[in-house]
Amino acid sequence: MIRYTLAAAGMAALVGFAPSARAVTLTIATVNNGNMIQMQKLSPQFTKETGIKLNWVVLEENVLRQRVTTDIATHGGSFDILTIGAYEAPLWAQRGWIKPVDNLGAAYDYGDLLPPMKASLSYKGKLYAVPFYGESSFLMYRTDLFKKAGLTMPAQPTYAQVASFADKLNNPKAGVYGICLRGKPGWGENMAYLSTLVNTMGGAWFNMKWQPQLDSAAWQKAITFYVDLMKKDGPPDATSNGFNANLTLFEGGKCAMWIDATVAAGFLYDPKSDKYAADVGVARAPVGVTPHGASWLWAWALAIPSSSKKVAAADKFLAWATSKSYIQLVAKNYGWVQVPPGTRKSTYANPAYQKAAPFAATVLKVIDSADPLHPTMSPVPYTGIQFVAIPEFQGIGTEVGQEIAAALAGRESVAAALKKAQAATVRTMTEAGYIK
Amino acid sequence: MKKSNGRKFAYTVLAWVVALLVFFPILWMLLTAFKTEKQAVEVPPLLFFHPTLANFAVANSRENYLHFAANSVIVAFGSTALALMIALPAAYAMAFFPGRRTKDLLMWMLSTKMLPPVGVLVPIYIIFQRLGLLDTRAGLVLIDTLMNLPIVVWMLFSFFRDIPGDILEAARMDGVTPRQQMVHLLVPLALPGIASTALLAIILSWNEAFWSINLTAAHAGTLAAYIASFSSPEGLFWAKLSAASVLTVAPIMVFGSLTQRQMVRGLTFGAVK
Repeated sequence: MIRYTLAAAGMAALVGFAPSARAVTLTIATVNNGNMIQMQKLSPQFTKETGIKLNWVVLEENVLRQRVTTDIATHGGSFDILTIGAYEAPLWAQRGWIKPVDNLGAAYDYGDLLPPMKASLSYKGKLYAVPFYGESSFLMYRTDLFKKAGLTMPAQPTYAQVASFADKLNNPKAGVYGICLRGKPGWGENMAYLSTLVNTMGGAWFNMKWQPQLDSAAWQKAITFYVDLMKKDGPPDATSNGFNANLTLFEGGKCAMWIDATVAAGFLYDPKSDKYAADVGVARAPVGVTPHGASWLWAWALAIPSSSKKVAAADKFLAWATSKSYIQLVAKNYGWVQVPPGTRKSTYANPAYQKAAPFAATVLKVIDSADPLHPTMSPVPYTGIQFVAIPEFQGIGTEVGQEIAAALAGRESVAAALKKAQAATVRTMTEAGYIK
Repeated sequence: MKKSNGRKFAYTVLAWVVALLVFFPILWMLLTAFKTEKQAVEVPPLLFFHPTLANFAVANSRENYLHFAANSVIVAFGSTALALMIALPAAYAMAFFPGRRTKDLLMWMLSTKMLPPVGVLVPIYIIFQRLGLLDTRAGLVLIDTLMNLPIVVWMLFSFFRDIPGDILEAARMDGVTPRQQMVHLLVPLALPGIASTALLAIILSWNEAFWSINLTAAHAGTLAAYIASFSSPEGLFWAKLSAASVLTVAPIMVFGSLTQRQMVRGLTFGAVK
């Protein structure tokens, strides 16, 4: 009997249960982006100042989304602070899954936050997540290639100009492609870029009655333009190219132009990672028939789930990690070019940042011009520029993205791809009750 | 004779080609782990380069590798021990005292493996939450045991069926109790089979990622959760991810090579022929 008791005790000790902590310990779930890793590295400073300990759960973006959604939907309470995007913030706020974060103390300068970022993280006028870093999209190009070809990039190019530049600069024999764009299918991949293209060509995902518009002339025009441009002047096998693949291509000197997230500039202007750093220029995202929704808006933000029992401590962390003094702390430790961009006016007003990040003024302009509440030329019932802030969009966006990737790969025509995409979206929206 | 030599040579070449194809992803992961991030995505791919250990340093400094590795060891060995404790008597009863529904029961057990885990994620998550098992190693040991139990029972059942029932019957006539039959006769006779079953269960549990990621947070994550933290949507990560993967597969590969003979012997002597 003693033998069994000892064995059981041994097993229990071996297996072990989670230890209970006396000091307040917060569990933070976050994505593995450079700025987040910086935050993790600098967080001992927060513990030193407040005595609050931190546990980190770092996961890949899609894994994190699934993991956190399961926990939050079942009120699991595994996390005290979540890193969420501009897509989740209004949806989760509507369901009551996250708490308002509009009272982080007198010292927290809410007026300093960039208004489009605040708008994208609010629900019914209340802020539900504070921006940790934000981004828009713009055009990056090689100034040396433009100069050599006698071309000048305007501060606000049109898509017709971009197509013309791409034709002139495309030189596959020399290993340079006219333009690099996302081709990898997914709602946050090719559809992030293509939604902005459709917006600026005068289209929208849905009309005011929630009827899908993928068979409209604007979609047809935008996707035909994209497929033709990429086939003519883009790199081969572009259907596997997402942000990272295009970053590698550009840094390898293989792209004359690239339209993507403004966060890319931080990599491209860094001579340690990009040998063409001195030859990089930026311009606002190209426009078609309207400037509405031509550049996207995204924020990685910190939120507190309703299931957290440590709200006061979590508030303290949010106030610390998204404050002006945190930005100073990053600048002190990693240099100004590394500070989390796209969140605070004071960052862009800082001469040290302006000097370290020559692209800062353009980034601020595109963020300021992005209006997630009015993303299209015609009125729409949804918010979000490169996404539609409804729960069904992840599935819809990915399915449509796959059809367009098939058209890009030449497996079907643009018309056939959009017809299938329209049918699938109508089906989903009808099943979800949007279309009566 | 010449013809026979030629055929032997062809088979040898074919075997090498197949072996290289199977091993290539691991070799590429190993090479990438020692490259810089820029070299890792170079086109055409680099075969010769100046190796660096920087990725291993980052992989170790960013996350506490030993914490995750310890969890993997505890969960893999704990769940295997628990599965064997349940499966041994179950397989014994099914192999030597089969009822009318034994085959149906075995088929049902196997059919549970066909259900995609994501289909039961929410109910399991809620049950774990209510029982306080979320983010605990005890919880992972339990779920891995349940996941591997059908395979463990099936394998042990197959090995036990190869043991002549007369031996046990003779022992019973001598007054040996069922527990003594198990401990003194069945287990020693089926030891190669039990060992290979245990090794397979350890490997399955070590590689299990879905539950390890979804049921853990900051405390009980295994090496599968460790790897999941290394890919990034913005920025290069292949070299660091490869280094983390090497650190993750190294222990189980060393374990596998040390126990290879035992495992192959068990698998080829048992019913999984």
